[in-house]
Amino acid sequence: MSNDILVLAENPGGELADTTFELLGKAKELASSLGGQVIAALFGTPELAQNLGAADVVITMEHPSLAHYNPEAYEKALTKVVQERQPRLVLLATTTLGLDLAAALSVTWDAPLVSYVVGLDIEGSTIVATAQIYGGKLMAETAIEADKGICTVIAGSFSADLGKSTGSPNIEQMDPPSELDNEKISCVNLSRPEAGGIDITTADMLVSVGRGIQSEDNLEIVQELADAMGVPLSSSRPIIDQGWLPKPHQVGKSGLKVKPKVYLMFGISGAPEHLEGMRDAELIIACNTDESAPIFDVAHYGTTVDLFDLVPALVDKVQG
Amino acid sequence: MHIIVPMKQIPDLVEELEVDSEGTDIDREYLKFVSNEYDEQALEEALLIKESTGAEITVVGLDEEDIDQTLYTAIAKGADKAVKLTGTGDGWVDTHTRADILASWLSGQSFDLILTGVQAVDDLDGQLATLLGARLGIPHAAVVVEVQPKDDKVTVRQEFSAGMAIEQEISLPAIVGIQAARQAPRYAPITRIRQAMQSGGLEEVAANTESAGSGLSIRRLYLPEKAGHAEMIDGSPEDVADKILELIRSKGLLK
Ligand SMILES: Cc1cc2nc3c(=O)[nH]c(=O)nc-3n(C[C@H](O)[C@H](O)[C@H](O)COP(=O)(O)OP(=O)(O)OC[C@H]3O[C@@H](n4cnc5c(N)ncnc54)[C@H](O)[C@@H]3O)c2cc1C
Ligand SMILES: Nc1ncnc2c1ncn2[C@@H]1O[C@H](COP(=O)(O)O)[C@@H](O)[C@H]1O
Repeated sequence: MSNDILVLAENPGGELADTTFELLGKAKELASSLGGQVIAALFGTPELAQNLGAADVVITMEHPSLAHYNPEAYEKALTKVVQERQPRLVLLATTTLGLDLAAALSVTWDAPLVSYVVGLDIEGSTIVATAQIYGGKLMAETAIEADKGICTVIAGSFSADLGKSTGSPNIEQMDPPSELDNEKISCVNLSRPEAGGIDITTADMLVSVGRGIQSEDNLEIVQELADAMGVPLSSSRPIIDQGWLPKPHQVGKSGLKVKPKVYLMFGISGAPEHLEGMRDAELIIACNTDESAPIFDVAHYGTTVDLFDLVPALVDKVQG
Repeated sequence: MHIIVPMKQIPDLVEELEVDSEGTDIDREYLKFVSNEYDEQALEEALLIKESTGAEITVVGLDEEDIDQTLYTAIAKGADKAVKLTGTGDGWVDTHTRADILASWLSGQSFDLILTGVQAVDDLDGQLATLLGARLGIPHAAVVVEVQPKDDKVTVRQEFSAGMAIEQEISLPAIVGIQAARQAPRYAPITRIRQAMQSGGLEEVAANTESAGSGLSIRRLYLPEKAGHAEMIDGSPEDVADKILELIRSKGLLK
């Protein structure tokens, strides 16, 4: 076993994800205190290796099955990389790739996994991962006592700056595993959102609504407020999954990242997946009847007044 | 086609979570437990497939607080069979152990597709769909929002950030972690749930709980130390509305 930290570089849309740089930055810090190297694994897009200057080594691998994300091919590829390099720790982000691969790797490489990680420290020779569970309501401090481990890290937990540092890593091309030619999964189509329609990412202000609104009929009152204020209505994921608003309205991990001047939110608890999409807004004002809702740790201003009282009061005042 | 949907109980997050005296688990005594919302999405997707292909659905759960309610509700919604795996203890079952328990039971079952929730809020050591997929050695994909069966395959739509999606074609048998079904989970009328409970029929099977576990040791479970806290605005809805509008105007908006 080495003291190396291995980061899976994510490139699902052909570009490196922000989280990759966050992980590289943390990996650099951990590797330097353990006396190991930072290794980045990059599948399918070798031309992106030059952007991974924060790593000491970039391992590239190419194969038709790795051209786009394929859970099975990636799992086999990543398993080969970790079996050959035996890193101390593998870091992935809590993205679709992370949710898809980390637990599988924990089986194929027989290593413990901590997910939803927001903090990583080293105590002696033990890696201590702090994870955010129960939708951000509790933290779990977890020791990885084995000599290897895997963590999936919540986006935004570490700064990307250090991970963007430039350098000249050794680029090593690794052959794909031989079992990569008989996949039971094949990627048949990749789609991106259609242009046109509402764009919540360019608005100065958003009124945003979550499950606290209770029903589709009630959505009318927040729509009225958004209209009175002349701003778009956005929402958390459950509102989209219920079919109450179309997908381009969704803020968060699997929706859109927004950075308005004002984000005025009603009935959203502040789960990590939602925060990922809005925590950089300049002014966050949250209405939630639960005073212990995690959103109040992130919002600048908050109120526990019932949204069904507050929204009509706001509408009255805005309409004058 | 036979679809198996593993279902799990999680604490209702609407309630206050308290840490027990040992500081490593939540205090379960007065907590309310509910069905994991993503498992409900998985069940809905299974029901939609049943409607279009006549598939048969089995739901399975570990013997956890109020699991009977969840399993009977699944029957009331249209699942054909429900199985409860008993002897799994009262506390938290980590996902590695859960995957081993399920894998052991599944080894005696024939199935084409396993649909489960993409995650549960207490999946500290990983998510079930991929863990179980790797354990069973069958293809798996998570964060899926649509499953369309075709012959001996399914096409699934896997979601990425910023609206990107990839369709993957997967040979059966396979396991898929569902983020959201094609439509919101249906409601089961109370009368049907009661009927299901009265007719019983929950199959109880002793679980094989042999497992190496997660390999993690939880040292401390604690409430987040707040890096900051929102400044709270109190008062009547009118007062709060005034203050909010003042804040928005201070940003040069709304004039
Ligand atoms: C892979 C993955 C990706 C995800 N991507 C996203 C994403 O992109 N975006 C996203 O938002 N979520 C996403 N989620 C889901 C996320 O984990 C949460 O489930 C979701 O954000 C919760 O939405 P919510 O806050 O609206 O609902 P809840 O968590 O149910 O919160 C509702 C809140 O409303 C409050 N409330 C109730 N009544 C009132 C009232 N009368 N007045 C005021 N407040 C009230 C309650 O106190 C509660 O805090 C994702 C999950 C996964 C697993
Ligand atoms: N996500 C979690 N939620 C609640 N309790 C947990 C969680 N993770 C671990 N525990 C508890 O922490 C203790 C130690 O767990 P373990 O080290 O996995 O045996 C046990 O009492 C578990 O019940």
